[in-house]
This record gives sequence, structure tokens and C-alpha cells, in this order.
Amino acid sequence: MTTRPLPRSASRQLLTEIMSGRIQLPASAWWMAPLAILVVGLLFVLAYFLVADEFPFDVGRDVGHRIDVWLDWLEDNLSPLFQAIKDVIVWFLISLEDMMLWLTWPAMIGAIALTSWLLVSFRMALFSACSLLLLATFGLWESTVETLALIIVTVTLSIMIAVPMGVWASQSDRLDAILRPILDGMQTMPSFVYLVPAIAFFSLGNTPAVLATLIYAVPPAVRLTNLGIRQLPAETLEAADSFGMTRSQMLLKVKIPLAIPTIMAGVNQTTLMALSMVVIASLVGAGGLGLDVNRALGRIEPGNGFLAGLGIVFVAIIIDRVTQALTKRQQTALGSD
Amino acid sequence: MSGYEGTALSIRGLYKVFADDHGDGLRLAEGGASKEAVQEQTGAVVGLRDINIEIATGELFVVMGLSGCGKSTLVRCINRLIEPSVGQVWLNGREITAMNEDELREVRRHDLAMVFQHFGLMPHRSVLDNVALPLEVGGVAKTERRERAGEALELVGLADWLDSMPNQLSGGMKQRVGLARGLAMETPVLLMDEPFSALDPVIRRDLQDELLALQESVQKTIVFITHDLNEAVRVGDRIAIMRDGAVVQLGAPNEVVLNPADSFVREFTQDVRLHGMVTAASIMDSSAEALAVETEDRYVVLEDAVLDELVPAGLSATQPLQVVNRAGALVGVIPLERLARAMVSDEAAVAATSEGEEVA
Repeated sequence: MTTRPLPRSASRQLLTEIMSGRIQLPASAWWMAPLAILVVGLLFVLAYFLVADEFPFDVGRDVGHRIDVWLDWLEDNLSPLFQAIKDVIVWFLISLEDMMLWLTWPAMIGAIALTSWLLVSFRMALFSACSLLLLATFGLWESTVETLALIIVTVTLSIMIAVPMGVWASQSDRLDAILRPILDGMQTMPSFVYLVPAIAFFSLGNTPAVLATLIYAVPPAVRLTNLGIRQLPAETLEAADSFGMTRSQMLLKVKIPLAIPTIMAGVNQTTLMALSMVVIASLVGAGGLGLDVNRALGRIEPGNGFLAGLGIVFVAIIIDRVTQALTKRQQTALGSD
Repeated sequence: MSGYEGTALSIRGLYKVFADDHGDGLRLAEGGASKEAVQEQTGAVVGLRDINIEIATGELFVVMGLSGCGKSTLVRCINRLIEPSVGQVWLNGREITAMNEDELREVRRHDLAMVFQHFGLMPHRSVLDNVALPLEVGGVAKTERRERAGEALELVGLADWLDSMPNQLSGGMKQRVGLARGLAMETPVLLMDEPFSALDPVIRRDLQDELLALQESVQKTIVFITHDLNEAVRVGDRIAIMRDGAVVQLGAPNEVVLNPADSFVREFTQDVRLHGMVTAASIMDSSAEALAVETEDRYVVLEDAVLDELVPAGLSATQPLQVVNRAGALVGVIPLERLARAMVSDEAAVAATSEGEEVA
């Protein structure tokens, strides 16, 4: 392919070239499939010799065990890192919560109702005010605030990870192809599977809840950011190209601004995904409405569980309508050419 | 218009073959194989075939053809939005096709502006910011680019719409913005890819007039793509007609209309109203015998008089009309039956003037 002398980090160089699409792997070559099967077969044989002691092998247990050992190793050796992550997340959560509680519930409800009014409609403002007041009178205000703080921190982190990732994926077909199954996995892997190691790393509390929620909530935002940039009208991009834009000018001045409505739809999805994790997150020690549901069910008080559940529904509706209105606003601002 | 100072754009031996991974399609096309044959044998699609065009500085050069004939590909090969397979494009003595990415970017910023059929406006930017965007990309300071963008918008009559968003404008206004954006770049060359095709006929005519008026003052080199021969004839200094990726005829508008190179070009020309195109010179008989014939009544017409002006004279004359040049010298005569034929139908006019050419 190239006759240039390979630089020091040759493999890295090769990888970036493949990622950027400059080197096309012969994906359609007939021998790719047999080769892949052969490689996987070899890996299995290798795994057998490395892990299993006897034949016929039941490698599953041993592989699982190796993973545990590896996780233990991470836990032992990277605990300062985990502690630092935990400190940051907890600090943000507590500050947000304190701020909202300091504002007191009448002010908070007023502010949320006003936002709903400005962005959505008067009816929505009425709904926000009434539903939140209802939660306050049920004695669920603190839980609601805790849940809100959890959602805000999780969604902010998700967006910080997902949007750059989606932008990158939109620029590289290869990264997109690699990312796709990983995102599928993140969304379909049962959350308990990663909740437990999360506890091992971060101990019980809000932090493992935030990170577990993150794994579940990041994929839709990555996908929609990627999609939003990929489906931009060809002529607009062609026009931008004809001005002599660089790649980064193109991204910053054209692609990302034009993809904002779709990215916002991703934010909306991420928020709802995060809310749907609230109850599960309470199993690893997250507080808030999820914990109320959890506790009520443990005490066999379905009535209280229902009220807390209703609280989650209200919060979900308010967040959904407000972020949707933001999306729509962006869409109409851009219009369809 | 005449008296071009030099060649601004020169396209030499340009080919574009799409989906041609190994170059087999290109080799076949260069060997003269037809588009169908190339596609059948290699799966490659011939987009452009041996294009050779010299465009003079200040010329408004029209490329005309049906959709799929390669005209849009051709204009994109000039600024390399589409990479030509082989061949050269020269702009004022510099070879664009030999440039690296950085040089090409500079050329796109400073030498080649482009106007698009569907405008290609940025919906997230105001009208003024749209026009200023290419200048922003080219590193022009904020105050200067806003000033230049404002001036360009004034030229196209949108001075009151600077802060509007593109989706608040009608199609015609959007294309004015597109045009202003091209003008504000102050490039020597303007590429226009079917700029008026998406607009309704009245607006289209207005914009054609405006383009011509603007061209009087800015005198840019313009490559104008269209599928409409009426438009081509109206705006073009010269017209190239394309079919299947090749230029089938190149010439001044009246040459193309009056002397279609083949039946394909003729089919286009049938739709063009000829009365404004047929001149006394184009239908006169300038043979020595014709000039020798004495005529009694003196109906004299100028050689560049168009058919509509000849008709009144023809109605009262009983003898052939005498055609004189600006200096007053007799250059030919128009027998009345020849005038009548020209009047009766465009078809007949073409037939009468394209002697010896077989009628398909």
C-alpha cells in the first residue's frame, strides 16, 4: 500500500490511517470470512491451553474467574483513580442537591414552571407546578431533588462523553463500525452485570449508580450525534467545501451547528434512559425517588411505592417535554431548506 | 461582447470516470468506447470525456445539456469538488489539477466562488453571516467581511434583509443570497451550477437580467451551467452543449441555434424562439449572383437586424430586401420567400440557414 519507511510507532500510524479511511482494508475479499473463523478458532485453542486444565473443557467458569481476578487487580491497583472519580461525582451531586434545597421548594417549583411556560406552553407550566406541588405535599420533595441532581449529573457526563464520541464516529466509517456493536452491547447488557463491579470499585452509593446509568444512557446520544452529522444535506456541505474550509472549520462552523436538533434529540433520549435507571440505581445505594420505590416494595407498601413511582413519571414528563421543546425550537430555527 | 484579454480558465483533455477502481473504464473511454460499452465491460460510469475548453477572462460561458450529461460534474472538476480522473484544469496560468490540498483550499478561498442550484445556504446563520462565511473562512477580519457582505447584498437588492434567517426568504431571495455570497468573495471566477433552475420562470428571468446587469459592471469570468437553452442563449457569450459527458457543440449562441451540429442539438434548438436570434446576416444570400440582381424598390435593412425587425419591411417589399453593414455597403439580399420561411416556423428557419446539413 505505502512504500514509505514505517515510523517508530508503526502500528499506531497504521491504525490511525485505517481509522481515517486513508487505507482501505479489503473488506470484501473472499478470504476474509474463512480467515476470521480461523483466527477465532486459534484464539479458542489458545484460551483452552492458557485457562483450562483438563479435557473436555468447561472454560466458561475459568474465563469468568480470570475476569474476576482481573477486576480484583484493578480494584487493588487503581483505587486512587476510582476514589478521585468518586470524589468529583459526589461533590457535584451534593453541591447541586444543596443548591436546590437551599432554593427551597416554592422557588424551585416556580422556576421549573416558568421554564416550562417559556419553552413549552402555559398548560405545561400548570402541569409542572401541580405535579411538583403534589410531590412536595407527599413528602417526596427531598427525594425528587436528589433524583433531579442524579439525572443532571449523569446526563451532563453522558453528553460530555457521547457528543465528542458521536462527532468522531461521524468522521470515520471505521470507528463507526467498531462502535456500533459496542453501543449495542452497552444498551442490552443487563445492568446488574456491571452494577456489581461498580460497587467493588466505588462502594455503595451514588457513584456506582451514576456510572452504571452512564453506560446505559450514553449510546443513544452517540448514535444520534453520529446520525445528525452524517445525514446533513450534501449540497450544504458541498457549498462549505467550495469555500475552502478545513476539516475542523467544517465541523465547527457547519456540521455541528446544523446537527444540533438531532443532538438535542439524543440528549432527550439520554435523559429518559437515565430516569429509567433510577430504581435499579437505588439497589447500589443511590438515593432519591428510586430508593423510595425500592424501600416501599421491601416493606410491602405498594401504595407508597406507587406514589414514588408517580414522582418518577412526573419528573420524566417534565424533562421530556422541556428538552423536546428545546429540540423543536432548534429545528424551527434551522428550518428545512 | 468581444475583446477578451486572455484565457482565464483552460480545461485540457479532461476525463472523469466514476466507480473505476482500476482505471480500466478510463482506458476504454480514452480508446473511444461508448458510455454503454464501458459500463457493460467494467461497471464504470463515464462522466466526462475528453473535455477541451478555453474560457476567456470576463466571458460568461454557458455549459448546457440534459440532466446526467456531465455538466455538473464538469463544473465541479474545476474547483475539484469532484476529482477528475485525468486531464488538466488551468486557472490564470496555474494548474489546479496539480495542486495539493492546501493550495487548492487557497484557490477555493480566493479564486473560485460557486453558486449552487439549491443555494447551499447555512440555515443556522443570518443572511449577512451566510454571505460573510466564505470570507470568515478565508481569514478576513470581522468588520471588513461584514462590510463586504453588506455591499454584495446591496448589489443583489437584499440590503433590508441582512438579519433575516434563510428560511424566512423565498426561493428567489435565497438565490440572491447565494449570488451575493459568490460576489462577496471577489474572486476572478464564478462557477454557477444551475443557479436559476429551481426558481419559477418569472423570478428566473429577473435574475438572469440581474446577472447580466451585474456582469456589465463586475466583468467576472463566469461558468454557468443550465439545462435550459433559452437561458443559455439569453445569458451566454458562448455555449458548450454536452451529451454523454462530451461537448458536442461549442460556439456563440446564434451559431448554436442556427447551425446545430447534429440532430441532438437541433432537438434543443426547436424549443428556442428564434425571432430574436435570426439576423438579416444569418438568412441573407450573399452570393455574387444575388448581389448582382438589380432591385427597384429600396428596402434596406442592417445586417444585424433581427427577424422581428425584418418583418415590417418584408410585408411592404415586393423585391428582395437589401442587407447593408454599418458602413452602408451592400453585403447581401434576402429573397422574400426565404424571409417568409424564416417567419413561418423556427424549423424552416433553421433548415433555410443550415445549408447542406441533413435534416434528421
